[in-house]
Amino acid sequence: MNLWHFLQQNRTEVLQLTLEHLWLVGLSMVFAILVGIPLGILIARWPVLDKPILGSASVIQTIPSLALFGFLLPAPWFGERADRMAILALALYSLLPLIRNTYVGIRGVDPAVVEAARGMGMSDGQLLWQVQLPLSLGVIIAGIRVATVISVGLATIAAAIGAGGLGELIFRGLAMVSDSVILAGAIPAALLALVADFGLGRLEKWLRPR
Amino acid sequence: MANHREPAVEFRNVAYRPNGSSEILHDLNLIVDSGETLVLLGRSGSGKTTSLKLINNLLSPTAGEVIVQARSTQNWDVIRLRRQIGYVIQDIGLFPHFTVERNITLIPRLEGWSRTRIDARFQELMLLVGLDPHLTRRYPRELSGGQRQRVGVARALAADPPILLMDEPFGALDPITRADLQNEFAALQKRLRKTVVFVTHDVREALLLSDRIALMEGGRLIALCTPQEFLRSRDPLVAAYVKSIGTDLDDALGAKQ
Repeated sequence: MNLWHFLQQNRTEVLQLTLEHLWLVGLSMVFAILVGIPLGILIARWPVLDKPILGSASVIQTIPSLALFGFLLPAPWFGERADRMAILALALYSLLPLIRNTYVGIRGVDPAVVEAARGMGMSDGQLLWQVQLPLSLGVIIAGIRVATVISVGLATIAAAIGAGGLGELIFRGLAMVSDSVILAGAIPAALLALVADFGLGRLEKWLRPR
Repeated sequence: MANHREPAVEFRNVAYRPNGSSEILHDLNLIVDSGETLVLLGRSGSGKTTSLKLINNLLSPTAGEVIVQARSTQNWDVIRLRRQIGYVIQDIGLFPHFTVERNITLIPRLEGWSRTRIDARFQELMLLVGLDPHLTRRYPRELSGGQRQRVGVARALAADPPILLMDEPFGALDPITRADLQNEFAALQKRLRKTVVFVTHDVREALLLSDRIALMEGGRLIALCTPQEFLRSRDPLVAAYVKSIGTDLDDALGAKQ
């Protein structure tokens, strides 16, 4: 059975798994953004915290993904459902690029601009929201972009713990020794990554201060 | 001159030492009168910019105190203090993501002025600093150096602060634009009578713009005098500065009249 036939016969399933995949990646990115960007702001503000926080995020990244999915099995609440575990693991992996890019972006704002803002009597909050964040948005989006592309790939492994997504087809194809089935999972996953990369790349370019 | 007026800014035995390094400002005593233009003149590392930043509390003195409008900077709410003080720096620090209009009206917006009041003030400021109204929607990167500096001055004047701090505001401009802006600023200051503390290493600029010159060297104030006294001074250091600008002193002074 070739790839084209398989895709035609299993249209609904492939679509279903693609949506699951998007759901895993999308939701994990939302959580990673909600945690990672504030942490990046925090360490830009208090640089004494940068080593412990960036260090922890780096350590998480060094854990092999399959092992991380496994480690989360005994976790309360998360361990109950495979998709929860997968979302948590993907969010943890996405933290490092998000924290680092937020930090680098804020620190990279022209010191003259920051000094002028302070000297004019902007409060810390006004400085952050009106100057530092808008000016580092391009770099922050670049972090989101990297994290998203990595997550799309990693999410295929989530199928190993039964979380669904396009990894199902890849694992099934491996078991069946069928290239077509593997490709039916791998190609949509690669396309998702490319689309995310392109879309966020455009957004990043548009938001960078010229 | 003008010593009978109340001081706008006063340095009392002020020293400043950055964390973990040696003292860069030693026992500074200096009174800036209301409505005068005091130029802090000196070479790089003489402590003039440090002195300026002590006024709006971007730096805090490690000894002594800086009094602004009869209150120590340590007792001011730092935001309120800075809103009393316009600030113009050499790198201008215009917000690259704001239009000319938003840059200039930033402080009035933060202060919660009404839309009509902000608009009126904006028109007034554009006229005051000589900016063409068609620049309103431009971004800083689309302006020339001189235009950017005008925006910087307008922004500092926006909420009509009694005090203006200027740190080599015209330093990065070409000589002709610089001369234009210096002359316009001198004329502007004649009308506005702000208290201006102006940092420069350019002796000509100091002579042209100042009511008094405070000469700094190695973190100390070494001379404080009017431009006329400065030119006649027998002090060897002052004389060395005067010598550095050459022979056409009359031009420099003549432009002041």
